[in-house]
Amino acid sequence: MGKQKREVPELNSSSTADIAFLLLVFFLMTTSMAVNKGLQRLLPPIPTEEQKQEDMKVKERNILVVLINSQDELMVNKKPMQLADLRATVKEFVQNPANDPNMPEKKEITIDLIGNIAVTKDHIISLQNDRGTSYAAYIEVQNELIAAYNELRNEFAQAKWGKRFEECTEAQQKAIQKVYPQKISEAEPKNYGGAK
Amino acid sequence: MGRFRSNSSSSGIPKISTASLPDIVFMLLFFFMIATTMKEVDFKVSIKAPEATELTALKKKDARFIYVGVPNSDALRAQYGSEPRIQLDDAFADVAQIENYVTSQRAAMPEEDQNKMTISLKVDKDCKMGIVTDIKQALRRAQALKINYAAMEKAK
Repeated sequence: MGKQKREVPELNSSSTADIAFLLLVFFLMTTSMAVNKGLQRLLPPIPTEEQKQEDMKVKERNILVVLINSQDELMVNKKPMQLADLRATVKEFVQNPANDPNMPEKKEITIDLIGNIAVTKDHIISLQNDRGTSYAAYIEVQNELIAAYNELRNEFAQAKWGKRFEECTEAQQKAIQKVYPQKISEAEPKNYGGAK
Repeated sequence: MGRFRSNSSSSGIPKISTASLPDIVFMLLFFFMIATTMKEVDFKVSIKAPEATELTALKKKDARFIYVGVPNSDALRAQYGSEPRIQLDDAFADVAQIENYVTSQRAAMPEEDQNKMTISLKVDKDCKMGIVTDIKQALRRAQALKINYAAMEKAK
């Protein structure tokens, strides 16, 4: 019998690197780094006949009409406005700090964790645009509207619990959402400002 | 002279071991596998997303995409024109097809996820709202009310 110790030949592993590189290149080519992010919105359902009539009952003081015409110009409640001023206007409208009779009605409601509080729960921001409005301008305005709500919620969370809205628990977030419900209505399409 | 000796064992410089090279590459590989996502489709339209700050991340599982933009190559432009067009999956589509597409996509989802379906609108920022409004109306008819306007993070 062969008594001498047989050496197992070493596997040549120098090509493992090549295989790994090949895989790496494949994944680099077929995947993309970008995470899908965007502005989350909810479309209104198509109204039935009854709802169409109910829509008319909304009081004028509760509506903020934000209009973007085909030249991407902004008009808020029939007055022209710069985009930079929109956020502050929306915040004031939703909050109605001075209980102004021309601003949305405040109604006292009871919310878990917060208790009784007067909120403008019937306010509506009606966003209207022309077919010729550019998408970039539309997104900028949407962004400002959402930013206004986010700032309000953050301020409230900061005052109540001393932390930012995202850091609140789910129950706290729900409560704050009831104080500042996001009510942006994307109106039925119309034609403003002529040109298509 | 003997400056280049073929027998390295007798030269002064030892061979560098490359045994750990595969490990390093595998590490890179795993990083990219985790950090990236698969491309959804081959783009037939060019899309430059608008910029915004108030973004929410989209759950991949619940998202379906509608792309809107100008066809991205000369051949496609010759065939389909240089007006913004809608792309569903890998093909161009009309507004009229969206309703069907959304309904069939929703039917293909597991039942408990169907109400979470979000339609992500990836629209080029130079598009006009007309086509977007048409799509929105089609989505409303299809009862797909959760939408997401895809946008890029704005650099501060």
